[in-house]
Amino acid sequence: MKKLFALLLAVVMVLSMVACGAKKEETNGDEAKGMTESPLASKEITKDFEIKADFKIGFICLHDEKSTYDKNFLDAADEAIKALGLTKDQYIIKTNVPEGKECYEAAADLVDQGCNIVFANSFGHEDFMLQAAKEFPEVQFCHATGYKAHLENVANYHNAFASIYEGRYLAGIAAGMKLNEMIEAKKITAEEAKMGYVGAFTYAEVISGYSSFYLGAKSVCPSVTMEVQFTGSWYDAVEEQNAAEALIARKCVLISQHADSMGAPGACEAAGVPNVSYNGATFEACPETFIVSSRIDWAPYFAYIIKCFNTGATIDTDWCGGINEGSVVLTGINQNAAAKGTLEAIKTAVEDLKSGKVKVFDTKNFTVEGAAVTGDAVVDGIFEESKTQSAPYFDLKIDGITRLNEKF
Amino acid sequence: MASSEKKHTPLLHIVKRDPGTLTWGYKLLVRGIAILAALVVCGVLITLLTGENPVVVYGSMISGVFGTSRRVWNMLQGVAILLCVSLAVTPAFKMKFWNIGAEGQVLISGLACVAAMMFLGDVLPLGLLIVVMVAASVLAGMIWAVLPAIFKAYWNTNETLFTLMMNYVATQLVAYFLKVFVKNGSGVLTPMPEFGLPVIGGQAYLLNVLIVLVLTILVYVYLKFSKQGYEITIVGESENTARYIGINVKKVVIRTMLISGAVCGLAGLLLVGGTNHTISTTTVGGRGFTAIMVSWLGKFDPLYMVLTSFLIIFLEMGSQQVSTDFRISSSISSIVTGIILLFIIGCEFFLQYRVVFRKNRKENV
Repeated sequence: MKKLFALLLAVVMVLSMVACGAKKEETNGDEAKGMTESPLASKEITKDFEIKADFKIGFICLHDEKSTYDKNFLDAADEAIKALGLTKDQYIIKTNVPEGKECYEAAADLVDQGCNIVFANSFGHEDFMLQAAKEFPEVQFCHATGYKAHLENVANYHNAFASIYEGRYLAGIAAGMKLNEMIEAKKITAEEAKMGYVGAFTYAEVISGYSSFYLGAKSVCPSVTMEVQFTGSWYDAVEEQNAAEALIARKCVLISQHADSMGAPGACEAAGVPNVSYNGATFEACPETFIVSSRIDWAPYFAYIIKCFNTGATIDTDWCGGINEGSVVLTGINQNAAAKGTLEAIKTAVEDLKSGKVKVFDTKNFTVEGAAVTGDAVVDGIFEESKTQSAPYFDLKIDGITRLNEKF
Repeated sequence: MASSEKKHTPLLHIVKRDPGTLTWGYKLLVRGIAILAALVVCGVLITLLTGENPVVVYGSMISGVFGTSRRVWNMLQGVAILLCVSLAVTPAFKMKFWNIGAEGQVLISGLACVAAMMFLGDVLPLGLLIVVMVAASVLAGMIWAVLPAIFKAYWNTNETLFTLMMNYVATQLVAYFLKVFVKNGSGVLTPMPEFGLPVIGGQAYLLNVLIVLVLTILVYVYLKFSKQGYEITIVGESENTARYIGINVKKVVIRTMLISGAVCGLAGLLLVGGTNHTISTTTVGGRGFTAIMVSWLGKFDPLYMVLTSFLIIFLEMGSQQVSTDFRISSSISSIVTGIILLFIIGCEFFLQYRVVFRKNRKENV
């Protein structure tokens, strides 16, 4: 009898675990109560060209849809495939391809199966994509986040990224307005307006991201300062949570992050500290603290390379999609957490960025060790991010931001 | 009590078999039925969960492994590397020395190999460079393996924990040296194919496959027919017996781990010098642990292990193809792999034991 009871208990426990696990899936709650429309929504893809009958595109992803990073690519691929009406035998998606010789083999296998374009999404795939590109000159190889296309001069190898720093800047405005609201409500003084940022690695991609976020906040709240804690991993829920909690303990009144887990947003919700997120809305899990999130939409790039191939155009060696291309998008704004007027302010800023009236890395707005920045990348007083290569290279230590640690 | 005379016989009971009574045919039959049953169970599960036709799914699995000559070569390469690591852990396991540090032993050899390629590639002629690469890899693997062996032999420390911990040290060392080697902060070391092992017959992986083939035969002969192989078996069966018949257990433990480490070093050489020409913390990719399964499934017999490592690679590549073809989550593939392995391991029960059912009740009364 005891055994039977134990068995039953075990079955119930397993079932309840399955039931709990199943609930976590759907978190795209943009329409949910409290959320506004997006000030910078993703663009509809229009099909204005014919797809050749023998066209085929192959995608290589580091992980699968369980990783938020890869899900962002997979969703974009699906969107582009649907919008352009590719049939089932016109695309192949390979997931869980490691950053080693396996990537070369996956790319070569896609070529064997007749792909005209092969795309890979992870930084470490680059050398193996290049190897395949050199071996198969008739096939186009496109790689996201890499930097070697303009160095290697291989005609059929291309890099791509997005000016996500503009999205971070816009999200930073929402953060700055929240700080202003706290100052006005006398919850904090202007000097106490300190933000915390959980970063993955001390790479240019992360530095460019948090610097633009900080500059966005500073554009509305001049007294803001920021502390950055690096975790040394792109995905480590525990480390990210610890980092966010440490920042909150250091009296950071608002947190943002550039790492892929729910660690930091979760810690913020638990502590009641407002959070600016990344890679999609965390509203469902954090209804009281989530403000806004920016992300890269890769669908426009996929549509672009497919169009290039089918119309005989050349794919850019370094492609960096911006607001106009629809590569940088924001979620809606959560009115439960955001300051009043945030939506309107961001909408205005979007127009200013589009028209070129405002530049994110305008050297008038920041200094390094008290001095204005000069150098090769600075043209007419603007640090030109993502100009000579699509991947970010802004890695200055600007004043107002303190790195609590470094992790390479 | 009236019922006291009633005999209680269980519905079935289990009897140990005499291993000598099993015929080849029977063994083959049991294993064949197990694989068939696993395929049927998986087929039903696939249909229930995804709605796909299981026959088509199995077809896709086979095409993922044998579909093109490139895939066949990839399969051979996969089997070769996994088998190489499995051959490395086998002598230690046979001795009941639970070396779960193959992952680190292979990785540290890879690091030694890549360091030789980086710093001596431009200095030495290719032939000499390869000699240095081989020596560096093998030596690094031996050092990583012999440390826990010495501690085990002299101070009886727990080798499982020790070898496991050495994995993390190796991973962190690779992470650290990548920072030192790679100046641009990206953490990715550009491959150096110009300093790799030679390509023979125009096939990138042919050399790897041939080396592991020779190695398999060597390890087989060593374990089965050499005096040292015999000593390993005795130490594994009973340390006291070994001591009684005059075997120096300490010496055997250390010597065997040196061999284990050397073969791991060879695996690191093939993986870095012969395949990737670069290194990252994930280069070994869990093979050090999968190898344990290969070795156990193959009953520590190198010839069987050829089959078991093929089985693992087949399932791995096949299920990868299934998740690509049907866009089903890789979790399904893992479930299928798990079920097939469970059946294969489970059928061993029927080879070692016999189930006897209760005879007709009336006879008993």
